[in-house]
Amino acid sequence: MSGLIDLTAAQAAERIRAGKVAAADLFEAYRARAASDQLNAFTWVAEAAPQTGDGANAPLGGVPVAVKDLFCTEGVPSQSGSKILEGYRPPYTATVVAKLRDAGAPLLGKTNQDEFAMGSSNENSGFGPVFNPWDRSRVPGGSSGGSAAAVAAGLAPWAVGTDTGGSIRQPAALCGIVGLKPTYGACSRYGMIAFASSLDQAGPLTRDVTDAALMLRHMVGHDRRDSTSLDYPGEIEVPRAEDLKGLRLGVPEDLTGAEGGIEPGVRESFEATLAVAERLGASIETCRLPHAPHALSAYYLIAPAEASANLARFDGVRYGLRVDGDKDLVTMYSRTREVGFGAEVKRRIMLGTYALSSGYYDAYYGTAQKVRTKITEDFKTAFERFDFIVTPTSPCTAFELGAKTDDPLAMYLNDFLAVPMSLAGIPAISIPSGLSDGLPVGFQLAGPAFSESRLLDAAHALERAIGFDGSKPRQ
Amino acid sequence: MLDRDQVLHVARLARLDLGEQEVARMAEELSNVLDHIEKIRELDLEGVPPTSHVIDVVNALRADDPEPSLPRDVILAAAPEPLHDGFGVPSPGAA
Amino acid sequence: MSTTSTSTAYEPVIGLEIHVQLDTRTKMFCGCRLSFNDPPNIHTCPTCLGLPGALPVVNERAIHFGIMIGLALGCDIAERSLFHRKNYFYPDLPKGYQISQYDVPLCRGGRLGDVRIHRVHLEEDAAKLNHLGTSGRIHGSDRSWVDFNRGGTPLVEIVTEPDISSPEQAREWLILLRTTLQQLGVSDVDMSQGSLRCDANVSIRPAGSTRLGTKTELKNMNSFAFLERGVRAEIERQTHLLEQGEAVVQETLHFDPVSGGLTPLRSKEEAHDYRYFPEPDLVPLVVGEEMMTAARADMPVELPAERAVRFERELGLHADTARLFAFRAELGDYFERALNAAGADGSRGNGGAALEPAELSNWIPQLVERIGSDADPATSNVTPESLAALATMVKAKEVSRDAAREVLTLLVNEGGDPRAIVEREGLGAITAEDNGLAEIVDKAIASDPAAAEQVRAGNMKAIGPLVGYVMRETKGRADGGEITRLIRERLQG
Repeated sequence: MSGLIDLTAAQAAERIRAGKVAAADLFEAYRARAASDQLNAFTWVAEAAPQTGDGANAPLGGVPVAVKDLFCTEGVPSQSGSKILEGYRPPYTATVVAKLRDAGAPLLGKTNQDEFAMGSSNENSGFGPVFNPWDRSRVPGGSSGGSAAAVAAGLAPWAVGTDTGGSIRQPAALCGIVGLKPTYGACSRYGMIAFASSLDQAGPLTRDVTDAALMLRHMVGHDRRDSTSLDYPGEIEVPRAEDLKGLRLGVPEDLTGAEGGIEPGVRESFEATLAVAERLGASIETCRLPHAPHALSAYYLIAPAEASANLARFDGVRYGLRVDGDKDLVTMYSRTREVGFGAEVKRRIMLGTYALSSGYYDAYYGTAQKVRTKITEDFKTAFERFDFIVTPTSPCTAFELGAKTDDPLAMYLNDFLAVPMSLAGIPAISIPSGLSDGLPVGFQLAGPAFSESRLLDAAHALERAIGFDGSKPRQ
Repeated sequence: MLDRDQVLHVARLARLDLGEQEVARMAEELSNVLDHIEKIRELDLEGVPPTSHVIDVVNALRADDPEPSLPRDVILAAAPEPLHDGFGVPSPGAA
Repeated sequence: MSTTSTSTAYEPVIGLEIHVQLDTRTKMFCGCRLSFNDPPNIHTCPTCLGLPGALPVVNERAIHFGIMIGLALGCDIAERSLFHRKNYFYPDLPKGYQISQYDVPLCRGGRLGDVRIHRVHLEEDAAKLNHLGTSGRIHGSDRSWVDFNRGGTPLVEIVTEPDISSPEQAREWLILLRTTLQQLGVSDVDMSQGSLRCDANVSIRPAGSTRLGTKTELKNMNSFAFLERGVRAEIERQTHLLEQGEAVVQETLHFDPVSGGLTPLRSKEEAHDYRYFPEPDLVPLVVGEEMMTAARADMPVELPAERAVRFERELGLHADTARLFAFRAELGDYFERALNAAGADGSRGNGGAALEPAELSNWIPQLVERIGSDADPATSNVTPESLAALATMVKAKEVSRDAAREVLTLLVNEGGDPRAIVEREGLGAITAEDNGLAEIVDKAIASDPAAAEQVRAGNMKAIGPLVGYVMRETKGRADGGEITRLIRERLQG
């Protein structure tokens, strides 16, 4: 049984299709581990393997997948990590989850997350923090902390998360696994409990790059129920590259430069990875992204603004928590939301409401959207000279629980390397590049829109050369 | 830069019943964040169009064809106060 | 000594804001069917219920109808427009925001009749909030419940410039708009059912001034009569205020048609801070040639405003009649069928002169008087052919005008053919060629020598009693004009 969980998802799928492994056995192996989760990574675990089929003929072979709490899963709690939705069971299933299920990846469980995807440490969950399997006194990152911890600890073969300002990539980096944020619009958002509509994207968290490619292939595609979803050109290919010959990598000094606030251990790992890339044949130069240093500010205006509207539906009228329903309407609204939302969510709703309010729109939200235009242009210009932009994924390794909870701004600063790609809507992947003081470090590659296959290929070559061993937390 | 009155005004718009300590804390925290964010207002963005949509898609339209609706019992199952085959609420304007 | 108070004459300035529910099959942003008094909450889905994770998708037919309305109102159709979120909290608004259009709407400018259009845009309707308690009105109930069937219904909002200057004009213009929308086939436009809703912005200012006074908003008057009365009541209220030296306060009011009173409404959102921003779940709307062509192809050949112009300029109808027939399509349709019939069977009666459209048109009000002003003449017993025949007979002097009116009454009651009725009732005209008429004229003159003397002296005003005498004697069968002519001949040589 224990050998089963050492297989990557792709390997497991292959064995199931070849009849060497029974899908039900694989499911049960993971189900048992998830059910005895000590990391608080899961908010719900399936009670049994699904009845439907044996997976042998499905592309994903019946390999179960852990799904972030904010994806609507019919009849199964979907709470987006919030008490205001505690126990809420939606009457429909999110498109990407349905696609994965139909491709042969049944639902293993729902994973814990920062409330409404707002956070970088998974300490904002209404259902308790998640612990990093590399060191349980530390955070796994966020907001997809549960998904990342589950995959790193071998509680799930792979997981789906969402990335709005780094929420797949950063926890992937802190947990030593692979995480990819696709091109905005590549995956449907239908059924994803929204945080920031123009930024949210679903994506894979996996043990290796090949698994990420396999899952992504069955997630992308136009959905008529999501007006912002796109036809994905071509198919996501299985990555095969073993070198990086001819690839031009750009290091954006505006982000990685001296003032960047990047930990020395992280910087070391980054430089070492750049050296590996060069050995593999890549050329590396510095590049300019002049407006990238302002990305964080723009993000912390745009995301909360959209969130303030997206979260207005949580009012105690039709579903979820209701407080003081016997008082007047305004009291019911205000008390329900005061009690139901956590501190970070309230903070962002306030920030967003303020940024949109009369007299402030132009100065804040309006300006932020202009900065966004410039950042998008910066990337376009950079991609004329470079194939990919590379940075460390996170400026730091996993910090201790409680280390940054007193200072919201300090917490927000964790995102500064990830947020520019989110604003520009371009794809980016994080792969483990090594350890620093025993804690994982992530390496980020970002490419132009629809460059996922090339990104995965390059990441695959690097991953091979780096030879990171992520098995420790699985023991 | 955000005073108590402003915080209370915004909280009212957002229907959040913040406690006194929360109001004070929020004023401080939001002010810190805004201080940092303020810097973007120094940029020269003259003539730069705002991004309203990241992707280059227009006219995602749907044919006017009916699709199945949800059964009433399903939607009311989640209701905090099912009332008269609908969703009960305190009357607006009732004291 | 008494002081003279100078009273300022005030002129009203009125603008209308109309919401039209579109007659599509499904809602604006989801595939739920539209409801017609169906049981509550049976036409909902994650999108129109505002469930977590749901997303909107635009109904292409609603856009099509929106473009048609823009074309009918002579608007500029925006090549590119955006949807915006309008944020506020209310139980009938499931997402806590309405998807509407803000500073980049589908249509701008335009004109209908003599009122300019400011803008036309698309949005979704709110759900229905029902109140428990005896009156069904919000006061006096403390529990309400929401029915989401209506929520998400496609709406077009039409905002006029403040070009309307009287309650009557407001009413007439709304009728024109309604007829226009009806002929486009985009909506049921039934005010009693709520598929046409009208708010009025009312202010007054000293006559001749160009500055605008403070305006108030009258919400949801659900009939043409209530609109007129409500606006009139508000004008009176504001006039009274200003005459007392007080100021008009900007507020929203409800007009109670039963009591005639105006009461302030509680505002839905503090200081109306809707925090509009572009809807990130939808993409921009680009109206290209294909969509314009499709909309033009679906337009009726002639809209009411155009029809009024044609009636006046080409058919020579009086301006008021032209507008009446154009704005009330049932009258215009009936008239044109009658006109056709008059032309078809040869409008040359005995006299050889063709029946003028204007002459025929005079008979429509006569008909309407007899069947009721809200009735459709096409549903009466009088066919357009019959009316045309009757009018032709009058023109040809085969029957007097008075007698013809009697015939019309009989036609309304029993239908049939006017000639047969004239024959049956013996209502054929008595003309000068009938000797009997000459005798009766002599009798009339003999009966009133004083009047006769006046007429002989040239005072035509005195002829009335003499004519009346002959009319009575002939039971209205002689034509009044004929009678007058004969009397003059007799007396003046």
